[in-house]
Amino acid sequence: MKLKTLKLLAGTAAALFMTANVATAETPKRGGILNFVVGSKIPSMDGHMEGTFGMIHPIRPFYSTLIRVNPQNPSSTTDFVCDVCSTFSSSDDGKTHTFNIRKDIKFHDGTPLTAADVKATYDKLVFPPKGILSLRKKFFSMVDTITTPDSYTLVMKLKYPSPTFIPSVAMPFNFIYSKKDLDTHGYTWHQKNVNGSGAFVFVEHKPGAFVTGKRYDGYHHEGKPYLDGYKAISAPKMAVRLQAIRGDRAGIEFRGFPPKARDDLIKALGDKITVQEGDWNCSLLVTPNHKVKPFDDARVRRALSLAIDRWGGSKALSKIAIVKTVGGVVFPSHPLAATKDELTKIPGFWTDIKKSRAEAKRLLKEAGHSNLTFTLLNRAVDQPYRILGTWLIDQWRQIGLKVKQNAVPTGPWVNSLRKKKDYQVAIDANCQSIVNPIVDVSKYLGSASNNYAQYTDEAMETMHETMSRSGDPAEQRKIMRKFETRLYGEETHIIPTLWWYKINPHRSYVKGWKIAPSHYLNQHLDQVWLDK
Amino acid sequence: MAVNETYIEVQDELIAPPGWRAVTAALIRRQPLGAVGALMVLIMVAAALFADQIAMYDPEINDFAAMLEGPSTAHLFGTDEFGRDIYSRIVHGARTAMTVGFSAAILGSTIGLFVGVSSAYFGGWVDNIMQRIVDVLMAFPAIILALTVVIILGRGVGPVIIAITIPMIPNCARVVRSSALAIREIPYVDAARAMGFGHLRIILRHISPNIMAPYLIMLTNFLGAAILAEASLSYLGLGVQEPTPAWGLMLKSGAEEYAESAPWAVIFPGLAISVAVFGFNLFGDALRDVLDPKLRSR
Repeated sequence: MKLKTLKLLAGTAAALFMTANVATAETPKRGGILNFVVGSKIPSMDGHMEGTFGMIHPIRPFYSTLIRVNPQNPSSTTDFVCDVCSTFSSSDDGKTHTFNIRKDIKFHDGTPLTAADVKATYDKLVFPPKGILSLRKKFFSMVDTITTPDSYTLVMKLKYPSPTFIPSVAMPFNFIYSKKDLDTHGYTWHQKNVNGSGAFVFVEHKPGAFVTGKRYDGYHHEGKPYLDGYKAISAPKMAVRLQAIRGDRAGIEFRGFPPKARDDLIKALGDKITVQEGDWNCSLLVTPNHKVKPFDDARVRRALSLAIDRWGGSKALSKIAIVKTVGGVVFPSHPLAATKDELTKIPGFWTDIKKSRAEAKRLLKEAGHSNLTFTLLNRAVDQPYRILGTWLIDQWRQIGLKVKQNAVPTGPWVNSLRKKKDYQVAIDANCQSIVNPIVDVSKYLGSASNNYAQYTDEAMETMHETMSRSGDPAEQRKIMRKFETRLYGEETHIIPTLWWYKINPHRSYVKGWKIAPSHYLNQHLDQVWLDK
Repeated sequence: MAVNETYIEVQDELIAPPGWRAVTAALIRRQPLGAVGALMVLIMVAAALFADQIAMYDPEINDFAAMLEGPSTAHLFGTDEFGRDIYSRIVHGARTAMTVGFSAAILGSTIGLFVGVSSAYFGGWVDNIMQRIVDVLMAFPAIILALTVVIILGRGVGPVIIAITIPMIPNCARVVRSSALAIREIPYVDAARAMGFGHLRIILRHISPNIMAPYLIMLTNFLGAAILAEASLSYLGLGVQEPTPAWGLMLKSGAEEYAESAPWAVIFPGLAISVAVFGFNLFGDALRDVLDPKLRSR
């Protein structure tokens, strides 16, 4: 397709997106079943131990959470509202957080929801017994005690004030479970069973095929949900998901499609398709293995970063892959994120690519590796891994490096990163749900279990600790810049590429759903309705 | 002794297969389709050998100013999503296809020949064991066996060649064995054995040359199959890796996202695979007709 046509389609998409925003002001209609496709399968139905959209999309609507991102403003990185609470407040010292729980909520089995249920849930999340996996336990490392002064009040006391606490509570994986279920059936029961207080009641799960839910008439948000029910259809192949929307077998896919798929849908369906787009709290990284020579040499790592034309690549790659924004270590639109001026001072983000590549060649020569050859370990997933891998190899070719790609399925890729650690340079990603920068950047600490570059950097650990305990946004921002400069510039422990870009083309009759910075967010579906 | 040996060699010549010149002439005269196939094969081989000279651009260089451009004088077959020239990638892809195709086919049929002849010649428990192994290997669909081998050995040209070779061995061994069983019963083999010749000499000198016809037919059939298998593995992401030009890989990239909006990204790699396989199959069929005495007399 000609670029002109691409531009035209992109323009149409933008226009349609704006139309979508206007459309949300319409009066919601009740009724109908929403069919949507999910590009993955459900490993288990326990949100506390899972981290995949394959679970969140079909299961999240069955559950409530204590607080959540504002469904009407999910793009905001700081707008959180109550779900099962009526109000929440923090003490002046930031160490005590009080949540008043609503008195009108019942689980789907009829059991009233009280503070005891929320406490039991957070006890499982924050202090899981040995052998019980809580994937986000580390996010609550600042929590000291959880108490319930009365049946409808929950108090969480922190060891130290932390700006990461409230965003962590708002994470969509923190499903509120019934204390009765936990006491009666144990901590593993929710892996295969559902009893929530969300907008929809669980009906059926055909493993590998679909999950269905029906409206919960006792739902605590008045007048919601609008839908009679939904069917989440598992469709791991992108072509199948795309054709499902095109053939109206499904109204929406919540994770996102590549730009070309968006353009094809618009071309085929015109105004029957609405597109929502936005930055995605996911960034693709290049991880050099510091334990493998010559990647133990900061000059070599910096040269790899300097060779990459992020500004130019962004324009081209955003036409073929789900990446777009050039950004630093923090989600681009967050107050803690670097401005363009700040960013372009860091090596690798310079706008003059010729100067950058000349410096890269100089560094390689100085390090004695002008003709470096290596293998890039990649995940055999097209979007955006394979596309970015192929692009990076071409970028490195331009400073004289010869790089081979070894794209392997997810299992061996993870195994190589986590266990074998036998790679030279690998592509990795940092994908988060709630935009919670200080928690999100913890991946870049050498001590983090999900950091595979194998380095230790005490200075960065100290900076992160100071940021975590600081209540002053200005101070946090200042430290974050130092953290970023050390990570990407001085030491180049990790090589950044581009931030992901979420593109959600969906049937125009699907209303009320708003795109968020993560495919994990805003998936309770209580605000979604069908304009049929 | 000398007289007897000469006699055996004369016998060998009398039943030796026709020479290459005769085969070529017969092919053109009697098998015009086969000649077309041979021409297609020659073009593919030439493309592989002279890819650097024939290609218009470096097949691996990204050119984002020319993303997904349709066929034109600047880009005969258009460009892909990275702005790479599809014609140049197809020409260089021929090198990958021919390297894998010829290597796997020659290895597979030659090892199969040796296994088949040995099995027939020794007979008894050797034959039994070899044939049971062949049975086991033949029980697996070829692509499943190839996938398993690639998963074990990893990706890249080398593992792909091995992965494609292994399923070919039992097929060739089975066909060759049936021919070798007949040859084994011919008196000159007994005579050679009686004269004290070693097993290896009898197998290589007296039996193998007489089953060249089925061997060559299998070889040419395997060439097309190997190219198709390489494309299939690459399509599944298990063959050679980006940015190396390979037809299956190109087809995969084009088919999933650009089949509608940039059909040239799918059509030309698909055409290259089809033409190569078609050419080898036409050539193989014609070769079989020429080399098979029963068909030759018709």
